[in-house]
Amino acid sequence: MDLNKKFTPETWPDHPETATLEAKNKFVGFWLFLGGETILFATLFATYIALKNSGPSGFGFSTQELYELPLVFVMTMLLLTSSLTSVFAMYHLRNFNFKKMQLWLAITAFLGLGFLMLEVYEFTHYVHLGFTYNNSAFSSAFYTLVGTHGFHVAVGLVWITLLIFRNAKRGLNLYNATKYYTFSLYWHFIDVVWVFIFTVVYLMGVIG
Amino acid sequence: MSSVAQKKGFGATLWDWLTTVDHKKIGILYFLGGGFFFVVGGIEAMMIRWQLYKPNNDFVSAGLFNDLITMHGTTMIFLAAMPILFGFMNAIVPLQIGARDVAFPFINSLGFWMFFFGGLFLNISWLYGEVPNAGWTSYASLSIASEGHGIDFYAIGLQIAGGGTLMAGINFLVTIINMRAPGMTYMRMPLFTWTTFVASAMILFAFPPLTIGLFFLTFDRMFGGNFFDHTMGGNTIIWEHIFWIFGHPEVYILILPAFGIFSEIFSIFSRKRLFGYPSMVFATVLIGFLGFMVWAHHMFTVGLGPTANAIFAVATMAIAVPTGVKIFNWLLTMWGGSIKVTTPMLYALGFIPSFVMGGVTGVMQGAAPLDYQLHDSYFIVAHFHYVIVGGVVLAILAATHLYWPKMFGTMLNETLGKITFTFFFIGFHMTFLIQHWLGFWGMPRRVWTYMDGQGWNLANLISTCGALLMAIGVIVLVYNVIITSIKNVKVGNDPWGDGRTLEWAIESPPIYYNFPATPLVRGLDTVWIEKMEGNETGLTPAEPIKDIHMPNGSIIPILMSFGLFIAGFGAMFRTEEAWGLPVLIFGLLWTFVSMAARSLQDDTGYYIKKDEILRDLKRKGGQK
Amino acid sequence: MMKGLKKWRLFSLLAVLTVFLAGCGQEELSTLLPAGQVGQDQFNLLLLSSGIMLLVIIVVVAIYLIALLRFRRSKLGEDHIPEQVEGSHKLELVWTIIPILLILLLAVPTVYYTYKLGDVSAMGAVDDDGNAENLVVDVTAKLYWWEFEYPNLGIVTAQELVVPMDEKVYFNLIAADVKHSFWIPAVGGKLDTNVENVNKFYLVFEKDSKNLKDGVFYGKCAELCGPSHALMDFKVKTMPRAEFDNWVAAMQASGDNQVVANPSGEAVFSQSCIGCHATSGVGESGANGPNLATFGDRNRVAGFLDHTKQDLIEWIKYPQKYKPGNKMPGFADQLSDSELDALAEYLMGLSVEK
Repeated sequence: MDLNKKFTPETWPDHPETATLEAKNKFVGFWLFLGGETILFATLFATYIALKNSGPSGFGFSTQELYELPLVFVMTMLLLTSSLTSVFAMYHLRNFNFKKMQLWLAITAFLGLGFLMLEVYEFTHYVHLGFTYNNSAFSSAFYTLVGTHGFHVAVGLVWITLLIFRNAKRGLNLYNATKYYTFSLYWHFIDVVWVFIFTVVYLMGVIG
Repeated sequence: MSSVAQKKGFGATLWDWLTTVDHKKIGILYFLGGGFFFVVGGIEAMMIRWQLYKPNNDFVSAGLFNDLITMHGTTMIFLAAMPILFGFMNAIVPLQIGARDVAFPFINSLGFWMFFFGGLFLNISWLYGEVPNAGWTSYASLSIASEGHGIDFYAIGLQIAGGGTLMAGINFLVTIINMRAPGMTYMRMPLFTWTTFVASAMILFAFPPLTIGLFFLTFDRMFGGNFFDHTMGGNTIIWEHIFWIFGHPEVYILILPAFGIFSEIFSIFSRKRLFGYPSMVFATVLIGFLGFMVWAHHMFTVGLGPTANAIFAVATMAIAVPTGVKIFNWLLTMWGGSIKVTTPMLYALGFIPSFVMGGVTGVMQGAAPLDYQLHDSYFIVAHFHYVIVGGVVLAILAATHLYWPKMFGTMLNETLGKITFTFFFIGFHMTFLIQHWLGFWGMPRRVWTYMDGQGWNLANLISTCGALLMAIGVIVLVYNVIITSIKNVKVGNDPWGDGRTLEWAIESPPIYYNFPATPLVRGLDTVWIEKMEGNETGLTPAEPIKDIHMPNGSIIPILMSFGLFIAGFGAMFRTEEAWGLPVLIFGLLWTFVSMAARSLQDDTGYYIKKDEILRDLKRKGGQK
Repeated sequence: MMKGLKKWRLFSLLAVLTVFLAGCGQEELSTLLPAGQVGQDQFNLLLLSSGIMLLVIIVVVAIYLIALLRFRRSKLGEDHIPEQVEGSHKLELVWTIIPILLILLLAVPTVYYTYKLGDVSAMGAVDDDGNAENLVVDVTAKLYWWEFEYPNLGIVTAQELVVPMDEKVYFNLIAADVKHSFWIPAVGGKLDTNVENVNKFYLVFEKDSKNLKDGVFYGKCAELCGPSHALMDFKVKTMPRAEFDNWVAAMQASGDNQVVANPSGEAVFSQSCIGCHATSGVGESGANGPNLATFGDRNRVAGFLDHTKQDLIEWIKYPQKYKPGNKMPGFADQLSDSELDALAEYLMGLSVEK
């Protein structure tokens, strides 16, 4: 592939993310990887559902009382918005508008960073209450499920930061178009996982 | 990079193999690595049988025995059977679909090195003196309580190796979806490719639960988690569910490629196309799907309740139907054909009665109340060895003979091959048939010894003698490999004479870019069709010869895997050694930096020029 | 090559015959000689499933052998190209539908027996006076021994289970440390002893154990639990109801009617052993070590050693040597030979049956 080939918005393919064989492979491969990740999170969810509220007798923590719903709501809004901004970025990817794509991806990253910082604050708060990782089966399951999601957000932030800086001088080409696209797939995925976490862990925990 | 044979020094050859991303070489690496661990697992098996040949034996201590059974099972399944099957998938599937390599050659290499370092990590436990000892299933209450680092070697070693497996699974899926040659529709793919496809999909969905389970085990043992500690609200049955949601699909992941290999063999050596091809494909997919629905038949005695047991019992019996369909289709492939009993065909013929026996005992175990008697007895040991040895291992031995020329360019000796088969096959039945009765007679499994006077002595002695015969068979095979390599007699494209699929239309071993031009596939068993029409090359090109895009090799996969290997030791010793945490972080950083080096360089491969391909073709001339 | 093929088939046939000739196993231990209704139900499932599977094997082997004999290349000639048959819809239907029918044949009794054997609804039944109608035994599996409490009768024993014949005996199963599994092969299937929940099932004992080789049925631990998993045997004594009632009465009185075969042995016991072991059968589960009220009546020492004074002394001196990983400390350094001798005599005398 010729990395130096110059495109214009007119010559840029309609679906740059699948315009070469390598790109098609990465596209299919990443969707499949997300399928495996779905099962990964499903296992974590199943374990959490089995172990929530379960601890040594009299340990005193329950989903009804523990979770900080307002904080989590703000986190949810940040993450959902970041998904929207990543969609804007993909729109500009398709239209060969490199600068605008980079801008919206940077906004996505900032929103994601905001989410992560609030989550760290949330966990610190629980730890101060005594709800540490080692506290109970409930705590181990909670932190592992929500923490794994947070870890995935962190990986995504590192990924998009590297992409933004690495390609800043290069602009868009058929080699990196697919990289941006798979990032946006990943970002939507962790957003969907968060919707489930928000529902199953927090909402159902407080209300259910 | 020229295709003309060069005299390479040892260093250059070593570097070539350490950095290769060529599916054919990676296939050989998997095959050799898996073969090595097969021997290790076999030695563990011999020690187990030697301990059990008479009552109250003290050949090994009780603790060492539990180490042996755990490592035997873990090594054979994760480090021998799966890698060897990956070896054949890597070597053959791209050829069968007319591709030049897999979709992600770099990740292919990474997957191999992850397996290698994971296997190494696990077996270093022997040298360290603290070995996993809770069975290959590592049930939670025992594995949490197990003292020393044995189980930690298990959790971390399998985590690394399992990561490699997941990568290989995704790789084969994308390769088969995206890179089939023109004309090769899904319903024209050879069965070995189909079974690779379904097994890879199963890997994608079965390994994540194992990943999570191993993380839970690691967190509980090394980081103070409480998933399996019932005094802290945890539950050990969760481990059983998670393990078997992985574990049951795992055994179908093992058997489906074996089925694929036998489909090829029955077809080739009956000179007849596979009977009922669409049914075979459908049965494969159905087995893959149903394989995820039956896991709790390993848990009938856990106390899940009659409703759960009844549901899983019926689901388990259902899987017998597509498997039976396959058996009948193989038989009908032979029927009306022209059967030549070569070594691969001999293995296939041995497989039919052996696997059917193993399969029917499986259905018997699916009857839950009966399983209350059979579970955790030698009946179960007999069953799974019948299906794994009688199915997977016979397939591996068959494929070793069948695909040896395609991988190495020489032919294993047929007479020695048949001698191996005879010893191995007789030994296999001698070892495991009698174990069904030991189960009936009340002998539990995983027992280090047994008392005299229970009526078990003769049966155990017979079983041990059978194991000796199996060992002799394997030794003869090793000898066969050695003298074949020494004699080094090269063979042509289709040394078996009746090859029907694309891999038999090119050289043995193929030139590094596989096909001069991407072939056009005209139907199922396309090479057979070409031959019958008088096209002796077996190939019709789909396009004119042009430049070929090839990937560069890379040292990064081995570096990345090595980093995880280092990190594993850090994690294991974190709480007791000051260097634990720094080493863990260092190892992870090493991996991350290697990954970054890969991501930050733009490696778009290189091109083989059209002239070079034309020169290669001219040089080969009339080579068949 | 046909000769070689013939040979292995003959050999396998001989092997199979040998196995059949070896028979049904031993009466105290084999699942093929069921000693109660539960084991009998399970054995019936074995016969049904084996019969169906044998039918399948015969059909497969028949087609296989005929194909192999009729269509050899040596017979058909090197140049013969067979007809490339694609398949047969009819045959596919036949070998799909018939197996489904066979599976149904097996599935219906399977589901029936699953519910029947899982029916513990009568476990808590009480009569008008508030007494339990059915015998319930609480089984606790430990490393590496078995504790048996009879909660409605106020007694506890270990290692050797005593039960009445010809009635359903219900079991509550739990493990005290790691997962084990409770199995009496000659009587019925097993059920796991988990650490976090109580499992319940029932067995029926329809044979008198006094006619057996050692006078007992053999019980096995059936879940890998550590190095001494293989040595965690227990025994089962069955007897008519009237005799069982006598045994219970003797156990309930064993606190008062202590048998002292050797007074100095009793003194050693009171000093070194009483912290973990009780000699009265009155009590509950939860002890550190096996209850020894019926030690003299038992079949084995530590579940697997011979029930002799010599083996007993060896066990007390070096328990770790005999059962690696078990929880009993060794007394080789603490007790002299004469103390051990007296202690052993005292222990062998602890009995409710004599």
